[in-house]
Amino acid sequence: MLQITCPHCGARAESEFHNGGEAHIERPKDPAALTDAEWAEFVFLRDNPKGLLLERWNHTQGCRRWFNVARDTVTYEILAVYPMGSQPPALDPRRYV
Amino acid sequence: MTPRYSVFSLLRNALSYHENWQQAWRSPEPKARYDVIIVGGGGHGLATAYYLAKLHGIKSIAVVERGWLGGGNTGRNTTIVRSNYLWDQSAALYEHAMKLWEGLSQDLNYNVMFSQRGVLNLAHNQHDLRETLRRVNANRLNGIDSEFLNAQQVKEMVPIIDLREGGRYPVLGASLQRRGGTARHDAVAWGYARGADALGVDIIQECAVNGFRIENGKVTGVETSKGLIEADKVGVVTAGHSSVMANMAGFRLPVQSVPLQALVSEPVKPIIDTVVMSGAVHAYVSQSDKGELVIGAGVDGYIGYGQRGSMQVTEETLAAICELFPLFRRMRMLRQWGGIVDVCPDASPILSKTPVQNLYLNCGWGTGGFKATPGSGWAFAHTIAKDEPHELNAAFTLDRFRTGFLIDEHGAAAVAH
Ligand SMILES: Cc1cc2nc3c(=O)[nH]c(=O)nc-3n(C[C@H](O)[C@H](O)[C@H](O)COP(=O)(O)OP(=O)(O)OC[C@H]3O[C@@H](n4cnc5c(N)ncnc54)[C@H](O)[C@@H]3O)c2cc1C
Ligand SMILES: [Zn+2]
Repeated sequence: MLQITCPHCGARAESEFHNGGEAHIERPKDPAALTDAEWAEFVFLRDNPKGLLLERWNHTQGCRRWFNVARDTVTYEILAVYPMGSQPPALDPRRYV
Repeated sequence: MTPRYSVFSLLRNALSYHENWQQAWRSPEPKARYDVIIVGGGGHGLATAYYLAKLHGIKSIAVVERGWLGGGNTGRNTTIVRSNYLWDQSAALYEHAMKLWEGLSQDLNYNVMFSQRGVLNLAHNQHDLRETLRRVNANRLNGIDSEFLNAQQVKEMVPIIDLREGGRYPVLGASLQRRGGTARHDAVAWGYARGADALGVDIIQECAVNGFRIENGKVTGVETSKGLIEADKVGVVTAGHSSVMANMAGFRLPVQSVPLQALVSEPVKPIIDTVVMSGAVHAYVSQSDKGELVIGAGVDGYIGYGQRGSMQVTEETLAAICELFPLFRRMRMLRQWGGIVDVCPDASPILSKTPVQNLYLNCGWGTGGFKATPGSGWAFAHTIAKDEPHELNAAFTLDRFRTGFLIDEHGAAAVAH
Protein backbone atom coordinates (compact mmCIF):
# COMPACT_ATOMS: atom_id res chain seq x y z
CA MET A 1 0.00 0.00 0.00
CA LEU A 2 1.28 3.46 -0.92
CA GLN A 3 1.49 6.33 1.47
CA ILE A 4 0.49 9.44 -0.44
CA THR A 5 1.00 12.96 0.86
CA CYS A 6 -2.05 15.01 -0.04
CA PRO A 7 -0.92 18.64 -0.45
CA HIS A 8 -3.92 19.71 1.62
CA CYS A 9 -4.31 17.00 4.28
CA GLY A 10 -0.86 15.44 4.67
CA ALA A 11 0.29 11.81 4.53
CA ARG A 12 -2.52 9.25 4.22
CA ALA A 13 -2.96 5.61 3.16
CA GLU A 14 -3.52 4.77 -0.52
CA SER A 15 -7.00 3.46 0.26
CA GLU A 16 -8.21 7.04 0.85
CA PHE A 17 -7.30 8.01 -2.72
CA HIS A 18 -8.47 7.32 -6.23
CA ASN A 19 -6.10 7.22 -9.19
CA GLY A 20 -7.05 9.40 -12.15
CA GLY A 21 -4.61 8.12 -14.77
CA GLU A 22 -1.95 9.92 -16.77
CA ALA A 23 -1.57 13.65 -16.02
CA HIS A 24 -1.18 16.58 -18.44
CA ILE A 25 -3.56 15.25 -21.10
CA GLU A 26 -5.26 18.35 -22.43
CA ARG A 27 -8.84 18.32 -23.62
CA PRO A 28 -8.81 19.32 -27.32
CA LYS A 29 -9.42 23.06 -27.75
CA ASP A 30 -11.32 22.61 -31.02
CA PRO A 31 -12.98 19.14 -30.81
CA ALA A 32 -14.77 19.50 -34.15
CA ALA A 33 -11.44 19.84 -35.95
CA LEU A 34 -10.01 16.55 -34.67
CA THR A 35 -9.43 13.55 -36.93
CA ASP A 36 -10.32 10.04 -35.73
CA ALA A 37 -6.64 9.34 -35.17
CA GLU A 38 -6.31 12.44 -33.00
CA TRP A 39 -9.37 11.39 -30.99
CA ALA A 40 -7.84 7.93 -30.47
CA GLU A 41 -4.69 9.65 -29.26
CA PHE A 42 -6.62 11.79 -26.76
CA VAL A 43 -9.07 9.15 -25.51
CA PHE A 44 -7.13 5.89 -25.59
CA LEU A 45 -3.38 6.08 -26.23
CA ARG A 46 -1.20 6.32 -23.12
CA ASP A 47 2.50 6.28 -22.23
CA ASN A 48 2.18 3.50 -19.64
CA PRO A 49 5.89 3.90 -18.77
CA LYS A 50 8.05 1.50 -16.84
CA GLY A 51 9.79 4.24 -14.89
CA LEU A 52 8.76 7.79 -14.12
CA LEU A 53 5.01 8.34 -14.47
CA LEU A 54 3.17 11.63 -14.06
CA GLU A 55 -0.34 10.86 -12.86
CA ARG A 56 -3.37 12.42 -11.19
CA TRP A 57 -4.79 11.41 -7.82
CA ASN A 58 -7.96 12.47 -6.03
CA HIS A 59 -8.23 12.41 -2.25
CA THR A 60 -11.72 10.89 -2.43
CA GLN A 61 -12.03 10.03 1.27
CA GLY A 62 -10.54 13.33 2.40
CA CYS A 63 -10.59 16.82 0.94
CA ARG A 64 -11.78 15.43 -2.45
CA ARG A 65 -9.30 17.58 -4.32
CA TRP A 66 -7.18 16.59 -7.33
CA PHE A 67 -3.39 16.87 -7.49
CA ASN A 68 -0.47 15.51 -9.54
CA VAL A 69 2.05 12.90 -8.48
CA ALA A 70 5.37 11.87 -10.04
CA ARG A 71 5.91 8.19 -9.25
CA ASP A 72 8.37 5.44 -10.19
CA THR A 73 6.19 2.54 -11.44
CA VAL A 74 8.81 -0.07 -10.54
CA THR A 75 9.95 0.98 -7.06
CA TYR A 76 6.65 2.78 -6.39
CA GLU A 77 8.58 5.72 -4.86
CA ILE A 78 6.66 8.97 -4.95
CA LEU A 79 9.16 11.47 -6.29
CA ALA A 80 7.07 14.65 -6.24
CA VAL A 81 3.58 15.93 -5.47
CA TYR A 82 2.55 19.11 -7.31
CA PRO A 83 -0.65 21.08 -7.92
CA MET A 84 -3.05 20.69 -10.84
CA GLY A 85 -2.33 23.10 -13.66
CA SER A 86 1.38 23.39 -12.92
CA GLN A 87 4.28 21.80 -14.78
CA PRO A 88 6.15 18.86 -13.21
CA PRO A 89 9.52 19.47 -11.56
CA ALA A 90 12.61 18.37 -13.52
CA LEU A 91 13.11 14.66 -12.77
CA ASP A 92 15.16 11.77 -14.14
CA PRO A 93 12.80 9.76 -16.46
CA ARG A 94 14.12 6.44 -15.00
CA ARG A 95 13.26 4.26 -18.02
CA TYR A 96 13.62 0.55 -17.22
CA VAL A 97 13.39 -2.15 -19.95
CA MET B 1 13.26 -36.58 -33.06
CA THR B 2 11.92 -35.98 -29.57
CA PRO B 3 10.92 -39.35 -28.07
CA ARG B 4 7.24 -39.55 -27.18
CA TYR B 5 6.00 -39.75 -23.63
CA SER B 6 3.90 -42.87 -23.01
CA VAL B 7 3.19 -45.46 -20.39
CA PHE B 8 6.10 -47.46 -21.86
CA SER B 9 8.58 -44.60 -21.54
CA LEU B 10 7.37 -44.17 -17.95
CA LEU B 11 8.07 -47.82 -17.18
CA ARG B 12 11.41 -47.78 -18.98
CA ASN B 13 12.55 -44.72 -17.05
CA ALA B 14 11.34 -46.17 -13.77
CA LEU B 15 13.98 -48.90 -14.23
CA SER B 16 16.73 -46.29 -13.98
CA TYR B 17 15.04 -44.40 -11.12
CA HIS B 18 13.87 -41.59 -13.46
CA GLU B 19 17.41 -40.29 -13.79
CA ASN B 20 17.68 -40.61 -17.57
CA TRP B 21 14.70 -38.69 -18.92
CA GLN B 22 15.56 -36.90 -22.13
CA GLN B 23 15.78 -33.11 -22.17
CA ALA B 24 12.40 -31.63 -23.06
CA TRP B 25 13.93 -28.90 -25.26
CA ARG B 26 17.38 -27.67 -26.31
CA SER B 27 18.95 -24.42 -25.13
CA PRO B 28 20.72 -23.20 -28.28
CA GLU B 29 22.72 -20.02 -28.80
CA PRO B 30 20.92 -17.62 -31.14
CA LYS B 31 21.72 -17.81 -34.86
CA ALA B 32 22.49 -14.65 -36.83
CA ARG B 33 19.06 -14.59 -38.48
CA TYR B 34 15.65 -16.24 -38.50
CA ASP B 35 12.55 -16.04 -40.67
CA VAL B 36 10.46 -15.21 -37.63
CA ILE B 37 11.39 -14.07 -34.12
CA ILE B 38 8.81 -14.23 -31.35
CA VAL B 39 9.62 -11.91 -28.44
CA GLY B 40 8.30 -13.33 -25.16
CA GLY B 41 8.33 -16.97 -24.03
CA GLY B 42 5.00 -17.09 -22.24
CA GLY B 43 2.24 -19.45 -23.29
CA HIS B 44 1.03 -17.19 -26.11
CA GLY B 45 4.51 -16.70 -27.61
CA LEU B 46 5.37 -20.41 -27.42
CA ALA B 47 1.98 -21.41 -28.87
CA THR B 48 2.55 -18.95 -31.72
CA ALA B 49 5.92 -20.51 -32.51
CA TYR B 50 4.45 -24.02 -32.33
CA TYR B 51 1.61 -23.30 -34.76
CA LEU B 52 3.89 -21.32 -37.10
CA ALA B 53 6.13 -24.37 -37.40
CA LYS B 54 3.38 -26.96 -37.39
CA LEU B 55 0.66 -25.40 -39.54
CA HIS B 56 2.50 -22.87 -41.69
CA GLY B 57 5.67 -24.81 -42.44
CA ILE B 58 8.01 -22.03 -41.35
CA LYS B 59 11.31 -23.66 -40.51
CA SER B 60 13.48 -20.96 -39.05
CA ILE B 61 11.91 -19.55 -35.89
CA ALA B 62 13.27 -18.32 -32.56
CA VAL B 63 11.48 -17.50 -29.32
CA VAL B 64 13.44 -14.91 -27.35
CA GLU B 65 12.58 -14.77 -23.65
CA ARG B 66 14.27 -12.45 -21.20
CA GLY B 67 13.69 -14.62 -18.12
CA TRP B 68 12.55 -18.22 -18.04
CA LEU B 69 9.72 -19.93 -19.92
CA GLY B 70 6.37 -19.15 -18.38
CA GLY B 71 7.91 -16.89 -15.75
CA GLY B 72 5.51 -14.09 -16.66
CA ASN B 73 1.73 -14.23 -16.32
CA THR B 74 1.61 -17.73 -17.78
CA GLY B 75 3.14 -19.15 -14.61
CA ARG B 76 1.35 -16.73 -12.27
CA ASN B 77 -2.29 -17.07 -13.23
CA THR B 78 -5.14 -18.92 -11.58
CA THR B 79 -5.67 -21.08 -14.69
CA ILE B 80 -9.39 -20.62 -15.26
CA VAL B 81 -10.49 -21.63 -18.76
CA ARG B 82 -13.92 -20.79 -20.19
CA SER B 83 -15.33 -19.39 -23.43
CA ASN B 84 -18.67 -17.87 -22.39
CA TYR B 85 -17.95 -14.31 -23.58
CA LEU B 86 -20.74 -11.98 -24.61
CA TRP B 87 -19.87 -10.59 -28.04
CA ASP B 88 -19.71 -12.65 -31.23
CA GLN B 89 -16.08 -11.77 -31.96
CA SER B 90 -14.86 -12.81 -28.50
CA ALA B 91 -17.09 -15.87 -28.38
CA ALA B 92 -15.60 -17.12 -31.66
CA LEU B 93 -12.00 -16.56 -30.55
CA TYR B 94 -12.31 -18.01 -27.03
CA GLU B 95 -14.42 -20.93 -28.24
CA HIS B 96 -11.79 -21.74 -30.85
CA ALA B 97 -9.29 -21.86 -27.98
CA MET B 98 -11.65 -24.09 -25.98
CA LYS B 99 -11.82 -26.60 -28.83
CA LEU B 100 -8.02 -26.66 -29.02
CA TRP B 101 -7.81 -27.15 -25.23
CA GLU B 102 -10.02 -30.21 -25.56
CA GLY B 103 -7.39 -31.97 -27.68
CA LEU B 104 -4.25 -30.23 -26.45
CA SER B 105 -2.66 -32.94 -24.29
CA GLN B 106 -2.93 -35.39 -27.20
CA ASP B 107 -1.74 -32.88 -29.77
CA LEU B 108 1.32 -31.93 -27.70
CA ASN B 109 1.90 -35.40 -26.25
CA TYR B 110 2.17 -33.54 -22.96
CA ASN B 111 -0.33 -33.66 -20.12
CA VAL B 112 -1.57 -30.11 -19.60
CA MET B 113 -4.02 -31.44 -16.96
CA PHE B 114 -7.00 -29.78 -18.60
CA SER B 115 -9.86 -30.43 -16.22
CA GLN B 116 -13.39 -29.55 -17.40
CA ARG B 117 -14.81 -29.21 -13.92
CA GLY B 118 -17.20 -26.37 -14.81
CA VAL B 119 -17.05 -22.65 -14.12
CA LEU B 120 -19.76 -20.77 -12.20
CA ASN B 121 -20.15 -16.99 -12.39
CA LEU B 122 -22.31 -15.78 -9.51
CA ALA B 123 -25.02 -13.09 -9.71
CA HIS B 124 -25.55 -11.13 -6.51
CA ASN B 125 -28.19 -8.57 -7.46
CA GLN B 126 -30.89 -7.88 -10.01
CA HIS B 127 -28.51 -6.22 -12.40
CA ASP B 128 -26.07 -9.16 -12.26
CA LEU B 129 -28.99 -11.47 -12.83
CA ARG B 130 -30.12 -9.72 -15.99
CA GLU B 131 -26.58 -9.53 -17.35
CA THR B 132 -26.08 -13.22 -16.58
CA LEU B 133 -29.24 -14.22 -18.43
CA ARG B 134 -28.32 -12.01 -21.35
CA ARG B 135 -24.88 -13.58 -21.55
CA VAL B 136 -26.17 -17.15 -21.19
CA ASN B 137 -28.55 -16.55 -24.08
CA ALA B 138 -25.90 -14.85 -26.20
CA ASN B 139 -23.57 -17.81 -25.62
CA ARG B 140 -26.22 -20.30 -26.67
CA LEU B 141 -26.91 -18.36 -29.85
CA ASN B 142 -23.21 -18.71 -30.57
CA GLY B 143 -23.30 -22.46 -29.98
CA ILE B 144 -21.39 -22.27 -26.69
CA ASP B 145 -22.61 -24.44 -23.81
CA SER B 146 -24.00 -22.16 -21.14
CA GLU B 147 -26.62 -22.68 -18.47
CA PHE B 148 -28.42 -20.58 -15.92
CA LEU B 149 -28.64 -21.95 -12.37
CA ASN B 150 -30.96 -20.56 -9.70
CA ALA B 151 -29.74 -20.17 -6.12
CA GLN B 152 -30.90 -23.64 -5.11
CA GLN B 153 -29.10 -25.25 -8.05
CA VAL B 154 -25.93 -23.34 -7.12
CA LYS B 155 -26.21 -24.69 -3.57
CA GLU B 156 -26.61 -28.24 -4.89
CA MET B 157 -23.48 -27.90 -6.96
CA VAL B 158 -21.42 -26.09 -4.32
CA PRO B 159 -22.78 -27.17 -0.91
CA ILE B 160 -20.24 -25.13 1.05
CA ILE B 161 -21.50 -21.79 -0.28
CA ASP B 162 -23.38 -19.70 2.30
CA LEU B 163 -26.92 -19.00 1.13
CA ARG B 164 -28.51 -18.13 4.47
CA GLU B 165 -30.78 -15.12 4.47
CA GLY B 166 -29.18 -11.79 5.12
CA GLY B 167 -25.67 -12.60 3.95
CA ARG B 168 -23.56 -9.74 2.73
CA TYR B 169 -23.40 -11.09 -0.82
CA PRO B 170 -26.69 -12.89 -1.49
CA VAL B 171 -26.48 -15.35 -4.39
CA LEU B 172 -29.44 -15.03 -6.75
CA GLY B 173 -28.17 -17.37 -9.42
CA ALA B 174 -25.19 -18.13 -11.62
CA SER B 175 -24.10 -18.95 -15.12
CA LEU B 176 -22.45 -22.31 -15.60
CA GLN B 177 -20.20 -23.46 -18.40
CA ARG B 178 -19.65 -27.17 -17.87
CA ARG B 179 -16.87 -27.39 -20.47
CA GLY B 180 -14.93 -24.72 -18.58
CA GLY B 181 -12.40 -25.56 -15.89
CA THR B 182 -8.69 -25.32 -15.21
CA ALA B 183 -5.37 -26.47 -16.68
CA ARG B 184 -1.84 -26.74 -15.34
CA HIS B 185 -0.23 -23.41 -16.33
CA ASP B 186 3.44 -24.45 -16.34
CA ALA B 187 2.62 -27.57 -18.32
CA VAL B 188 1.06 -25.40 -21.02
CA ALA B 189 4.29 -23.41 -21.42
CA TRP B 190 6.45 -26.53 -21.23
CA GLY B 191 4.24 -28.57 -23.56
CA TYR B 192 4.27 -25.89 -26.25
CA ALA B 193 8.01 -25.35 -25.75
CA ARG B 194 8.73 -29.05 -26.20
CA GLY B 195 6.40 -29.26 -29.20
CA ALA B 196 7.96 -26.22 -30.84
CA ASP B 197 11.51 -27.40 -30.14
CA ALA B 198 10.75 -30.75 -31.74
CA LEU B 199 9.70 -28.86 -34.89
CA GLY B 200 13.04 -27.02 -34.93
CA VAL B 201 12.17 -23.79 -33.10
CA ASP B 202 15.10 -22.30 -31.17
CA ILE B 203 14.02 -21.31 -27.66
CA ILE B 204 16.44 -18.77 -26.27
CA GLN B 205 16.00 -17.95 -22.59
CA GLU B 206 17.73 -15.25 -20.53
CA CYS B 207 17.91 -13.04 -23.61
CA ALA B 208 16.18 -9.66 -23.32
CA VAL B 209 15.11 -7.63 -26.33
CA ASN B 210 16.31 -4.05 -25.84
CA GLY B 211 15.31 -2.55 -29.17
CA PHE B 212 14.24 -3.15 -32.75
CA ARG B 213 16.19 -2.55 -35.94
CA ILE B 214 13.79 -0.72 -38.23
CA GLU B 215 14.74 0.29 -41.78
CA ASN B 216 12.38 2.31 -44.02
CA GLY B 217 9.44 1.60 -41.76
CA LYS B 218 10.11 -2.15 -41.78
CA VAL B 219 11.50 -4.25 -38.94
CA THR B 220 14.63 -6.21 -39.85
CA GLY B 221 15.84 -7.51 -36.53
CA VAL B 222 15.95 -7.25 -32.76
CA GLU B 223 18.69 -5.90 -30.52
CA THR B 224 19.13 -8.28 -27.62
CA SER B 225 21.37 -8.80 -24.60
CA LYS B 226 23.06 -11.48 -26.77
CA GLY B 227 23.55 -9.10 -29.70
CA LEU B 228 21.63 -8.29 -32.88
CA ILE B 229 19.46 -11.06 -34.34
CA GLU B 230 18.10 -10.44 -37.83
CA ALA B 231 14.61 -11.50 -38.84
CA ASP B 232 12.12 -11.10 -41.69
CA LYS B 233 9.23 -10.87 -39.26
CA VAL B 234 8.93 -10.17 -35.54
CA GLY B 235 5.97 -11.01 -33.29
CA VAL B 236 5.81 -9.28 -29.92
CA VAL B 237 4.00 -11.21 -27.17
CA THR B 238 5.17 -9.60 -23.94
CA ALA B 239 1.92 -9.03 -21.96
CA GLY B 240 2.62 -6.42 -19.25
CA HIS B 241 5.65 -5.12 -21.13
CA SER B 242 3.85 -4.44 -24.41
CA SER B 243 3.91 -0.66 -24.03
CA VAL B 244 7.64 -0.78 -23.31
CA MET B 245 8.14 -2.75 -26.54
CA ALA B 246 5.85 -0.46 -28.56
CA ASN B 247 7.78 2.56 -27.32
CA MET B 248 10.99 0.92 -28.58
CA ALA B 249 9.33 0.56 -31.99
CA GLY B 250 8.10 4.15 -31.95
CA PHE B 251 4.34 3.93 -31.36
CA ARG B 252 1.96 4.07 -28.42
CA LEU B 253 -0.68 1.62 -27.20
CA PRO B 254 -4.05 2.01 -25.48
CA VAL B 255 -2.79 -0.42 -22.82
CA GLN B 256 -2.28 0.12 -19.08
CA SER B 257 -0.04 -2.26 -17.10
CA VAL B 258 -1.32 -3.07 -13.64
CA PRO B 259 -0.54 -5.72 -11.02
CA LEU B 260 -3.04 -8.54 -10.58
CA GLN B 261 -2.57 -10.82 -7.61
CA ALA B 262 -3.47 -14.33 -6.50
CA LEU B 263 -3.03 -16.48 -3.41
CA VAL B 264 -2.96 -20.15 -2.45
CA SER B 265 -3.92 -21.64 0.89
CA GLU B 266 -2.44 -24.53 2.80
CA PRO B 267 -3.48 -27.82 1.15
CA VAL B 268 -6.65 -29.49 2.39
CA LYS B 269 -8.77 -32.51 1.38
CA PRO B 270 -11.08 -32.07 -1.65
CA ILE B 271 -13.73 -29.50 -0.72
CA ILE B 272 -14.67 -27.72 -3.94
CA ASP B 273 -14.78 -29.57 -7.26
CA THR B 274 -15.64 -26.70 -9.60
CA VAL B 275 -14.60 -23.08 -10.15
CA VAL B 276 -16.63 -20.32 -8.47
CA MET B 277 -16.17 -16.75 -9.64
CA SER B 278 -17.81 -13.54 -8.59
CA GLY B 279 -17.27 -10.46 -10.70
CA ALA B 280 -19.17 -8.20 -8.34
CA VAL B 281 -16.92 -8.89 -5.34
CA HIS B 282 -13.73 -9.56 -7.35
CA ALA B 283 -13.05 -12.95 -5.86
CA TYR B 284 -12.89 -16.44 -7.23
CA VAL B 285 -11.76 -19.82 -6.01
CA SER B 286 -10.91 -23.33 -7.19
CA GLN B 287 -8.92 -26.17 -5.67
CA SER B 288 -5.67 -27.47 -7.13
CA ASP B 289 -4.83 -31.15 -7.39
CA LYS B 290 -2.42 -30.62 -4.49
CA GLY B 291 -5.38 -29.49 -2.38
CA GLU B 292 -4.58 -25.79 -2.15
CA LEU B 293 -7.37 -23.29 -2.62
CA VAL B 294 -6.39 -21.10 -5.54
CA ILE B 295 -7.83 -17.64 -4.93
CA GLY B 296 -7.81 -14.69 -7.25
CA ALA B 297 -8.51 -11.04 -6.83
CA GLY B 298 -9.02 -7.71 -8.54
CA VAL B 299 -6.31 -5.51 -10.01
CA ASP B 300 -4.49 -2.68 -8.26
CA GLY B 301 -5.95 0.74 -8.92
CA TYR B 302 -2.95 2.23 -10.72
CA ILE B 303 -0.14 1.49 -13.16
CA GLY B 304 2.62 -0.63 -11.68
CA TYR B 305 5.39 -2.94 -12.87
CA GLY B 306 6.17 -4.34 -9.39
CA GLN B 307 5.14 -8.00 -9.47
CA ARG B 308 3.25 -7.99 -6.18
CA GLY B 309 -0.19 -6.43 -5.52
CA SER B 310 -1.57 -4.07 -2.90
CA MET B 311 -2.36 -5.32 0.57
CA GLN B 312 -5.86 -3.84 0.66
CA VAL B 313 -6.78 -5.81 -2.46
CA THR B 314 -5.68 -9.01 -0.70
CA GLU B 315 -7.81 -8.05 2.26
CA GLU B 316 -10.93 -7.23 0.19
CA THR B 317 -10.62 -10.50 -1.73
CA LEU B 318 -10.25 -12.67 1.34
CA ALA B 319 -13.10 -10.84 3.09
CA ALA B 320 -15.36 -11.66 0.13
CA ILE B 321 -14.21 -15.31 0.04
CA CYS B 322 -14.93 -15.65 3.77
CA GLU B 323 -18.41 -14.14 3.31
CA LEU B 324 -19.27 -16.61 0.55
CA PHE B 325 -17.58 -19.60 2.18
CA PRO B 326 -17.60 -19.09 5.96
CA LEU B 327 -15.87 -22.42 6.54
CA PHE B 328 -12.69 -21.02 4.92
CA ARG B 329 -12.30 -18.44 7.69
CA ARG B 330 -9.70 -20.41 9.58
CA MET B 331 -7.66 -21.39 6.51
CA ARG B 332 -4.13 -20.04 6.30
CA MET B 333 -2.68 -18.63 3.12
CA LEU B 334 0.67 -20.04 1.99
CA ARG B 335 1.73 -17.67 -0.78
CA GLN B 336 0.64 -14.46 -2.46
CA TRP B 337 2.11 -13.06 -5.69
CA GLY B 338 1.35 -10.75 -8.58
CA GLY B 339 1.73 -10.53 -12.33
CA ILE B 340 1.67 -7.45 -14.56
CA VAL B 341 -1.39 -7.56 -16.77
CA ASP B 342 -1.88 -5.42 -19.90
CA VAL B 343 -5.41 -4.07 -19.86
CA CYS B 344 -7.11 -2.55 -22.92
CA PRO B 345 -9.90 0.04 -22.55
CA ASP B 346 -12.43 -2.50 -23.87
CA ALA B 347 -10.96 -5.49 -21.97
CA SER B 348 -10.33 -7.26 -25.28
CA PRO B 349 -6.97 -8.25 -26.74
CA ILE B 350 -4.98 -6.82 -29.65
CA LEU B 351 -3.87 -9.44 -32.22
CA SER B 352 -2.75 -7.23 -34.99
CA LYS B 353 -0.40 -5.74 -37.50
CA THR B 354 1.29 -2.53 -36.33
CA PRO B 355 2.42 0.79 -37.87
CA VAL B 356 5.81 -0.91 -38.43
CA GLN B 357 5.84 -3.33 -41.37
CA ASN B 358 6.45 -7.01 -40.52
CA LEU B 359 6.11 -6.25 -36.80
CA TYR B 360 3.08 -7.94 -35.25
CA LEU B 361 1.55 -7.47 -31.83
CA ASN B 362 -0.27 -9.87 -29.52
CA CYS B 363 -1.22 -8.19 -26.24
CA GLY B 364 -4.00 -6.69 -24.17
CA TRP B 365 -5.20 -10.02 -22.76
CA GLY B 366 -5.22 -8.33 -19.40
CA THR B 367 -6.55 -10.37 -16.54
CA GLY B 368 -7.92 -13.20 -18.65
CA GLY B 369 -5.67 -14.48 -21.40
CA PHE B 370 -4.58 -17.87 -20.09
CA LYS B 371 -7.81 -19.47 -21.34
CA ALA B 372 -7.08 -18.13 -24.81
CA THR B 373 -3.49 -19.42 -25.06
CA PRO B 374 -4.03 -22.06 -27.79
CA GLY B 375 -6.43 -19.91 -29.82
CA SER B 376 -4.29 -16.82 -29.50
CA GLY B 377 -1.17 -18.64 -30.70
CA TRP B 378 -3.13 -20.25 -33.53
CA ALA B 379 -4.59 -16.97 -34.81
CA PHE B 380 -1.37 -15.01 -34.30
CA ALA B 381 0.64 -17.63 -36.22
CA HIS B 382 -1.79 -17.18 -39.13
CA THR B 383 -1.47 -13.39 -38.93
CA ILE B 384 2.33 -13.54 -39.05
CA ALA B 385 2.57 -16.23 -41.73
CA LYS B 386 0.03 -14.61 -44.09
CA ASP B 387 0.70 -10.97 -43.16
CA GLU B 388 -3.02 -10.58 -42.57
CA PRO B 389 -5.34 -11.57 -39.73
CA HIS B 390 -7.46 -14.70 -39.73
CA GLU B 391 -11.23 -14.18 -39.67
CA LEU B 392 -11.10 -15.09 -35.96
CA ASN B 393 -8.90 -12.15 -34.99
CA ALA B 394 -9.79 -9.69 -37.76
CA ALA B 395 -11.74 -7.48 -35.33
CA PHE B 396 -8.98 -7.42 -32.70
CA THR B 397 -6.87 -4.76 -34.40
CA LEU B 398 -4.92 -1.88 -32.94
CA ASP B 399 -6.84 0.32 -35.35
CA ARG B 400 -10.17 -0.30 -33.59
CA PHE B 401 -9.31 2.47 -31.14
CA ARG B 402 -9.36 4.85 -34.09
CA THR B 403 -12.43 3.45 -35.86
CA GLY B 404 -14.35 3.09 -32.60
CA PHE B 405 -15.24 -0.56 -33.24
CA LEU B 406 -14.49 -1.64 -29.66
CA ILE B 407 -15.33 -5.09 -28.33
CA ASP B 408 -16.49 -4.15 -24.87
CA GLU B 409 -16.16 -7.20 -22.65
CA HIS B 410 -15.78 -5.31 -19.37
CA GLY B 411 -18.99 -6.12 -17.60
CA ALA B 412 -20.13 -8.46 -20.28
CA ALA B 413 -17.61 -11.17 -19.60
CA ALA B 414 -19.00 -11.52 -16.07
CA VAL B 415 -15.65 -11.27 -14.37
CA ALA B 416 -12.47 -10.29 -16.04
CA HIS B 417 -10.65 -13.64 -15.81
C1 LIG C 1 -2.66 -13.34 -10.79
C2 LIG C 1 -3.18 -13.60 -12.18
C3 LIG C 1 -4.29 -14.43 -12.36
C4 LIG C 1 -4.80 -14.67 -13.64
N1 LIG C 1 -5.82 -15.56 -13.77
C5 LIG C 1 -6.25 -15.92 -15.01
C6 LIG C 1 -7.25 -16.94 -15.15
O1 LIG C 1 -7.71 -17.51 -14.16
N2 LIG C 1 -7.67 -17.25 -16.40
C7 LIG C 1 -7.16 -16.63 -17.51
O2 LIG C 1 -7.60 -16.93 -18.61
N3 LIG C 1 -6.17 -15.67 -17.41
C8 LIG C 1 -5.71 -15.32 -16.17
N4 LIG C 1 -4.72 -14.36 -16.05
C9 LIG C 1 -4.18 -13.70 -17.26
C10 LIG C 1 -3.16 -14.59 -17.97
O3 LIG C 1 -2.18 -15.00 -17.05
C11 LIG C 1 -2.47 -13.82 -19.11
O4 LIG C 1 -3.40 -13.18 -19.93
C12 LIG C 1 -1.67 -14.79 -20.00
O5 LIG C 1 -0.97 -15.73 -19.23
C13 LIG C 1 -0.71 -13.99 -20.85
O6 LIG C 1 0.18 -14.86 -21.50
P1 LIG C 1 1.39 -14.30 -22.36
O7 LIG C 1 2.11 -15.46 -22.89
O8 LIG C 1 0.85 -13.29 -23.31
O9 LIG C 1 2.23 -13.44 -21.31
P2 LIG C 1 3.41 -13.85 -20.29
O10 LIG C 1 3.25 -15.22 -19.78
O11 LIG C 1 3.47 -12.75 -19.28
O12 LIG C 1 4.66 -13.83 -21.23
C14 LIG C 1 5.29 -12.66 -21.68
C15 LIG C 1 6.77 -12.90 -21.64
O13 LIG C 1 7.45 -11.84 -22.27
C16 LIG C 1 8.70 -11.72 -21.63
N5 LIG C 1 9.30 -10.42 -21.92
C17 LIG C 1 8.91 -9.19 -21.47
N6 LIG C 1 9.73 -8.24 -21.92
C18 LIG C 1 10.67 -8.86 -22.67
C19 LIG C 1 11.80 -8.41 -23.42
N7 LIG C 1 12.15 -7.11 -23.46
N8 LIG C 1 12.55 -9.32 -24.08
C20 LIG C 1 12.22 -10.64 -24.04
N9 LIG C 1 11.17 -11.12 -23.37
C21 LIG C 1 10.39 -10.25 -22.69
C22 LIG C 1 8.36 -11.92 -20.17
O14 LIG C 1 9.52 -12.26 -19.42
C23 LIG C 1 7.32 -13.01 -20.22
O15 LIG C 1 7.83 -14.30 -20.00
C24 LIG C 1 -4.19 -14.07 -14.77
C25 LIG C 1 -3.08 -13.23 -14.61
C26 LIG C 1 -2.55 -13.02 -13.32
C27 LIG C 1 -1.34 -12.13 -13.17
ZN1 LIG D 1 -6.67 15.82 0.95
